[in-house]
Amino acid sequence: MDTSRIQLAHGGGGQLTAELIRDVILPALGGGQDPHALADAAVLETGGGRLAFTTDMYVVQPLEFPGGDIGKLAVCGTINDLAVCGAKPLALSMGLVLQEGLEIDLLQRVLDSAGRQARQAGIRVVTGDTKVVERSALDGIIVNTSGVGLIGADVRLGFDRIQSGDRVVLSGPLGEHGLAVMSQRKGLSFTADLVSDCAPLHELVSDLLDELGENLRFMRDPTRSGLAAVLADIAESRGVDIEIEESAIPAHRTARSAAEMLGLDLLQVANEGKLVAVVAEGAARRAVDVMRRHAIGSRAAVIGTIGPAGESPIVELATAAGGRRIVQMPYGEELPRIC
Amino acid sequence: MTTGCTDICEKIHASALRLARDMGGVQIMEVCGTHTMAIARGGLRTILQPADIRLVSGPGCPVCVTDQSYIDRAVGLARNRPDIIVATYGDMVRVPGRQGSLSEARAVGARVEVVYSIQQALDLARQHADHEVVFLGVGFETTAPGTALAVRDARQEGLRNFSVLTAHKWVLPAMNALLAGGDVKIDAFLCPGHVSVILGYGAYDQIVRDYGRPCVVAGFDPQQVLLGVLEILDELSAGEPRAMTVYPSVSREGNARAREVLDEVFEIVDAPWRALGVIPASGMALRDEWAEFDAERRFDLPAEESYEMPGCRCGDVICGRLHPSECPLFARRCTVRDPVGPCMVSSEGACAAAFKYEMPARKR
Repeated sequence: MDTSRIQLAHGGGGQLTAELIRDVILPALGGGQDPHALADAAVLETGGGRLAFTTDMYVVQPLEFPGGDIGKLAVCGTINDLAVCGAKPLALSMGLVLQEGLEIDLLQRVLDSAGRQARQAGIRVVTGDTKVVERSALDGIIVNTSGVGLIGADVRLGFDRIQSGDRVVLSGPLGEHGLAVMSQRKGLSFTADLVSDCAPLHELVSDLLDELGENLRFMRDPTRSGLAAVLADIAESRGVDIEIEESAIPAHRTARSAAEMLGLDLLQVANEGKLVAVVAEGAARRAVDVMRRHAIGSRAAVIGTIGPAGESPIVELATAAGGRRIVQMPYGEELPRIC
Repeated sequence: MTTGCTDICEKIHASALRLARDMGGVQIMEVCGTHTMAIARGGLRTILQPADIRLVSGPGCPVCVTDQSYIDRAVGLARNRPDIIVATYGDMVRVPGRQGSLSEARAVGARVEVVYSIQQALDLARQHADHEVVFLGVGFETTAPGTALAVRDARQEGLRNFSVLTAHKWVLPAMNALLAGGDVKIDAFLCPGHVSVILGYGAYDQIVRDYGRPCVVAGFDPQQVLLGVLEILDELSAGEPRAMTVYPSVSREGNARAREVLDEVFEIVDAPWRALGVIPASGMALRDEWAEFDAERRFDLPAEESYEMPGCRCGDVICGRLHPSECPLFARRCTVRDPVGPCMVSSEGACAAAFKYEMPARKR
C-alpha cells in the first residue's frame, strides 16, 4: 500500500482517518497530539458583544505559488474578511476536501503553512472536517475556512457612513496575488520577482480602528475582481460618484507589465493582503501614516475622493496619461482559479 | 499625469490648433486591438477630442475581422464531430454564429479548449492520441508565424491528429481596401507595433506613395500612442507624409526570418473579411505540401456563406464608419455580458473597449 498518498479510506471515518488527523492535521493546526484538540464543535467564550461570522472556499491552482499556498491563503482570507468588518478575529475552522491520490507531503506542507500563519496571527483553528473524493471529482485540495470575530461596541462601519468628500486610501501595491498565480500558470518568466501579497490585515486594521475611530467609515479587502469591484460596489450601494487618480495608485513595475501582457486591467486583478479604506477627509493623512507603520502597508496612499451623490453613479479614473475613463465591476471573464 | 505625457499633450494641442483650421479636424485610424485597449484605458479620446483629433478603430482586432462563415465552420466542427477537440484563443469562444457560439457548443458536450498559445494545442494533440485536435488559426502577421512553426513541429514529430482551421490575414490589404473605398475619412494610420515587428515599417511606404497618408508605428502604452499621434500631426502639418516608427523595437526591414517561415507554410490567397468582403491577396492558406494539417481539407468542410448577425453594426465599426456608441444595439441589446457581435465579445474589440472604459455621454 502506498502510504505517501491520500486514499479514499482516509475520508471514511475509520482508523485511517484517525491516523491522518493524529499524524498530519493536528501537528500542523492543533495543539500537539490531543485528539480532542480539533473537536467537531468548539466552545468559545465571547464575553457578550456583536459577533462577526464568515465563511470562504479556496480552490486556487496551483496549490503552492510564489509567496503562499492554499493553506496560508485560506487562513489570511478568512482573517481579512473578519478584519474588514471591524471584528477582532477569535477562531477559525478548517474543512478539507482531498483528492484521492494526493501526496501526503504536499498536504503536510499546506497545513503546516496554514498552522504557521494562524499562530503568527495569534488565532486558533478550533474545529474542522476532512473528506476524500475520487480522482475524477477533484484536482488537488479544496479548503473551506470559517471564522468568528468580535466587533467592539464603538465600531461603526458601513456604506451608509460614507460621505461626499471622504477619501479613499489603499494600503499597498495592486495585483500581486492574482498576477503571481496567473503568471506561474502561464509560465511567464519575467515575473520571477512577483510574489503573492497574501497576508493577514487584522493588526493593521486594529490600529486604524483605534486611531481613527469615527473617522474610519468603511473597509474592504479587494480580492476577486480587485479594486474595481470594491469601488463599483461603493458607488452603487451608496449612490455616489468616486474619482480615483491612476498615478496615485501604488503598483509594482513588474505587476504593471504582467497585467499589460495578459491583457488585464490592474484595477480588476485580485489581491489577498490589501485594504481599501474610506476615511474622513481630515483623517486621510493619519490613515496613511498608521498603515505605513506596518510592513504590509509601507506603500499606503490616498488614491481618490468620494464625490457627490447622483442617480447613476460612476467611478471615474483620471489616467496617468491625463485622460479620463470609467471603472466598472468586471463582467466575469474566463479567469483562472486564483483564490 | 506623467510628465512625459503632459509634454506630448501640450505639443499635440499646439499642433492640432493649426491643423484644425486647415483640415477641419484630423481623423486617425488605428489597426491594432492592443492600441484600441490602450486608447480606451488611457482615456486618450478625452484628451484628443477637444483638439478636434478623432481616433477611430479599424480592422485590427483579429476576432472582429473574422467572417461569420468561419465561426459557423468552427462551431459545426465542434458540434458535429465528437472525435474533435477544438483548441482556440479565448476571445473566439463567445462569438455567436448561426448555430450559437463555441461556448454554447461546449455547454452541450462539444470539446472546446481555450489555449494561450498554439504550443498548448500541440500538447493537447500529444495527450489525446484518440482525438483530432483542430486549432483555430486566427490573427494577423503576429500570430501566424507561431502557427507556421507549430505545423512544422507537428510534421517533424509525426503528430497525425493535429490540424489548423486557418483564417490568418495580412493587415495591409485591408488598409488599402479602406482607402480605395474612399467612404471613410482616414487622414493617417497609427500602425500596429507587433505586426510591424514582423513586416517592418518600410511595408507602409506603398500606402504613403499611393494615398499620401502618414503611417506611424507606435508601441502599446498610452504615451507611445500619444507620441505616434504627435508624429502624425507633425507630418500632416509639414505636408510630408512618411512611413516611420516611434516604437524603437520596429525596424524598417522587420523580421525577415519570420516572413520566410510564413512563406514556407502559407500561400497568399483571397480571403473574406467581415464587412469588407473578399479582399484579394489578404489571407494565408496552408500550401499544398502542408495539406495534411489543413482542417478544411482534412475534414472536407463545405463552404459557408458570409452574413452579418441581424442588427449588428460591427462591420461599420471595424471600418471606422461608426463609433461603437452610435450603434443602436450598443449597451442596450449588446453588452459585454451578453454580446451580439464580435467587437463586443473580443477583449480587444472596439465596442468592448468603449463599453468598459468610455465615459458616459452625460459626463463627457
